[in-house]
Amino acid sequence: MAGGTQTASEYIKHHLQNMTYGQLPDGSWGLAHNAQEAKEMGFMAVHVDTMFWSILLGGFFLWLFRKVAKNATSGTPSGLQNFVEWVVEFIDTSVKGSFHGRNAMVAPMALTIFIWVFLINFMDLIPVDWLPQVAALVGQYVFGMDPHHVYFKVVPSTDPNATFGMALAVFMLSLYFSFKIKGVAGFVGELTLHPFSSSNKIVQLLFVPINLMLELVALIAKPLSLSLRLYGNMFAGEMIFILIALMYGGGWALGIFGGFLQLGWAIFHILIITLQAYIFMVLTIVYMDLAYQTAEEH
Amino acid sequence: MNINLTLIGQTITFFLFVWFCYKFVWPPLINALAERKKIISEGLAAAERGKHEQALAEKRSTKVLREAKGQASEIIGRAEKRASEIVEEAKNDAKLEGERLLITARGEIDQEVNRAKDQLRQQVVALAVAGAEQILKREIDAEVHNQVIDELVTQL
Repeated sequence: MAGGTQTASEYIKHHLQNMTYGQLPDGSWGLAHNAQEAKEMGFMAVHVDTMFWSILLGGFFLWLFRKVAKNATSGTPSGLQNFVEWVVEFIDTSVKGSFHGRNAMVAPMALTIFIWVFLINFMDLIPVDWLPQVAALVGQYVFGMDPHHVYFKVVPSTDPNATFGMALAVFMLSLYFSFKIKGVAGFVGELTLHPFSSSNKIVQLLFVPINLMLELVALIAKPLSLSLRLYGNMFAGEMIFILIALMYGGGWALGIFGGFLQLGWAIFHILIITLQAYIFMVLTIVYMDLAYQTAEEH
Repeated sequence: MNINLTLIGQTITFFLFVWFCYKFVWPPLINALAERKKIISEGLAAAERGKHEQALAEKRSTKVLREAKGQASEIIGRAEKRASEIVEEAKNDAKLEGERLLITARGEIDQEVNRAKDQLRQQVVALAVAGAEQILKREIDAEVHNQVIDELVTQL
């Protein structure tokens, strides 16, 4: 447990608080000292830990794959190239299976999403106290902060900002391609002429608002469900890890039991993190495919 | 759990990562894969071609072998025929030569006989002359004469 004097509730709250940079109540800019301050910063604040880990992991992915890509040969592949090619082939097959438009950007985007989200989710498997404790020590001895006020969430996908951010990007791309392929008229038609349509002009006019409402809900539901699915799964998993970690403060017997629980949950979680990364990727491909479908194909 | 600028930051980061992947990571990898696919299919095709060519070569070689065997047996046949011809010729030559030798030998024998006859004749003449001389020396004695003549006759 982080700090012997915390109650269980404080421990959990501490773990669920991001390191937030924004305007403090006294008007200066800095890291929030508690959840209250972070909340009061409003929209003009940044979760430093989320940005740090997501950029670090994304950078690691790009660095690793770029390294392999630069030396990629069509001869006998070495170990790492073998692995990367396996991933690339897997993504390529998935994209070819679900995406029927012609866009060279979809496959690289799917690869980026899959590996990036997987790496981000993978941070969940690192014991919940390790990195926050390191951050607390660094905060205390390097920046002279109160270690109890150093908040550090290491799994960006347990921060809705991260998952919403990615889903928003996917949403923007799908809107962009929808407009590009179907034109404004086609896109508006898609929103207003389905699912109810009639050959009678007056009846059709009556259907337009109903269709628009239904289709708008469906449209907005896509990025929302995309991000909330990932966020919800990862947040719940993280929460269970935190609850298990609480047991280590409950004596030897409970601690050992907690150790086994953590092992079991971590092994199960390997499946979840991979599955969530895969689902995020597949749904992205499907949304792009929908953006490329013209109305006649409905 | 607050929604804030992190959202925008994540979106921008996402676009940057996707762009980088699209520009620098994906193409070389997918090209390498496509190229390897091509190399492998070419290799397989070459192997297939090689197999086919080998089968053709085998067929060709058996044909050449069969022809060579035929030629060889023909040559052997001709050689045997020629050999028997040579033997036949040699036999004929030998026969002719033998006959020729026989004829010359006969001629020589005839010559020898004639020469012997000549000598004999000369000796008879000499003996006759010698007999006459003795007869003349002892005068004439009928008994003796007869005896001498008988002797002469036996000597002839």
